[in-house]
Amino acid sequence: MENPQTTAGHQTGTQLVKRGLAEMLKGGVIMDVVDAEQARVAEDAGAVAVMALERVPSDIRRDGGVARMSDPEMIEGIKAAVTIPVMAKARIGHFVEAQILEALGVDYVDESEVLTPADEAHHIDKWAFTVPFVCGATNLGEALRRISEGACMIRSKGEAGTGNIVEAVRHLRQILGDIRKITQADPAEQFEWAKQLQAPLPLVQEIHDTGRLPVPMFCAGGIATPADAALVMQLGAEAVFVGSGIFKSSDPSAMAKAVVEATLNYRDPQILAKVSRGLGSAMAGLEIATLDTTYADRGW
Amino acid sequence: MDVGILALQGAVEPHARSLTRLGARPVEVRTPADLDGVGALVLPGGESTTISMLLERQGLFDPLVERLEAGMPALGTCAGMILLAAEVLDGRADQRCAGAIDLVVRRNAFGRQVDSFETDLDIGAFTESGLDPTPFHAVFIRAPVVDSTGPAVEVLASVDGAPVLCRQGCVIVSSFHPELGDDLRIHQLLINEVT
Repeated sequence: MENPQTTAGHQTGTQLVKRGLAEMLKGGVIMDVVDAEQARVAEDAGAVAVMALERVPSDIRRDGGVARMSDPEMIEGIKAAVTIPVMAKARIGHFVEAQILEALGVDYVDESEVLTPADEAHHIDKWAFTVPFVCGATNLGEALRRISEGACMIRSKGEAGTGNIVEAVRHLRQILGDIRKITQADPAEQFEWAKQLQAPLPLVQEIHDTGRLPVPMFCAGGIATPADAALVMQLGAEAVFVGSGIFKSSDPSAMAKAVVEATLNYRDPQILAKVSRGLGSAMAGLEIATLDTTYADRGW
Repeated sequence: MDVGILALQGAVEPHARSLTRLGARPVEVRTPADLDGVGALVLPGGESTTISMLLERQGLFDPLVERLEAGMPALGTCAGMILLAAEVLDGRADQRCAGAIDLVVRRNAFGRQVDSFETDLDIGAFTESGLDPTPFHAVFIRAPVVDSTGPAVEVLASVDGAPVLCRQGCVIVSSFHPELGDDLRIHQLLINEVT
């Protein structure tokens, strides 16, 4: 299924190269930005990558309507403003948006439930691309289906644009809890796990043998404070995505820096106390029960 | 033997696996106290701008430079190569380098992620070190290359004429990622400097 290209002895687009970039982002913070100015604030704060999009999730939620891939001009402006990797979002199943993002030279494509899905049954065949993909998941079965479609990084979906960490915690616990159970499963039980999860057996067997997902596992959706970032890192996330949490806070630059330091020092409450001080107000949050649309339900 | 891995951000775990397989004990280094306890240091891949910033914020930059000046063996891969070099091109204005190897390095020199690649490298130094001389399968991810080298630098491998593996004394740097694979020969070169 892999579709590497070879030129003059150089192979591009291999799984090793695609998953490798995700390895390099571990322990870091990936921040949503809507323009070049925000991208520079993110890079100045120590972000390892930025996610270029037209509106942060909380604005998409407020505005309603159909949310699509961002304007290429805006993505190019952000690419020109920073030296760190630039990611961008395509709608679930919208492989042409993904082709456009690849042509623009973005470093990672997020096939994202935050945008309005373009296909109600199929995700993008991610093996067909040279650019790597990250996909959201609420549980292990979803994560493994995305990996079998070629995703090279998984992130919890959480509930984007709410500033409420509860869904991300649920998804992380769901995924990592099932991984822990599978490591104890005997061969007959592994067949049963594959059926239950609606996931390929070889991936279940690999998890049994290694005790981990085959690709890096990051956390997204609802991170609004340094403590939120440290919480998901302690739960087992390997890096964090912060969407609305930075630029919807009262002092984005200070919040960005604090989240970066909290992600690094996530096990040290003394440092967490220090970096959490004097940040002004975090983004306003939303109760999940009050939402008209839950993005985490998008994806199949 | 305790070998430190700078663990501020990036691909720490794959290096730990490689070092463990060679019989060394990997130790994550986040503070000056952690650095005091190790006899050699791996600087992993990651985002060099972020790692450089975090080195300053953790109060680790100056102690690191002191240890390197005192002759601590080090292996820097990708971002780690940039951090150990004398100067970086196409980086951020405030990005600091430790100056442990006399190189000028250019960031993201092969292009963006879609240009990241795998290729085989001939590395003559393996023969001198008594290691298997067959080509090394190297993974380059948004990789830097060496723009120019000082007189004390040995170039151990090149891609399209640009040096990608260099050594000066007990400091070894690679543009590529020997930790993303099962081949332990580059890590063995570091271990040889310690023992």
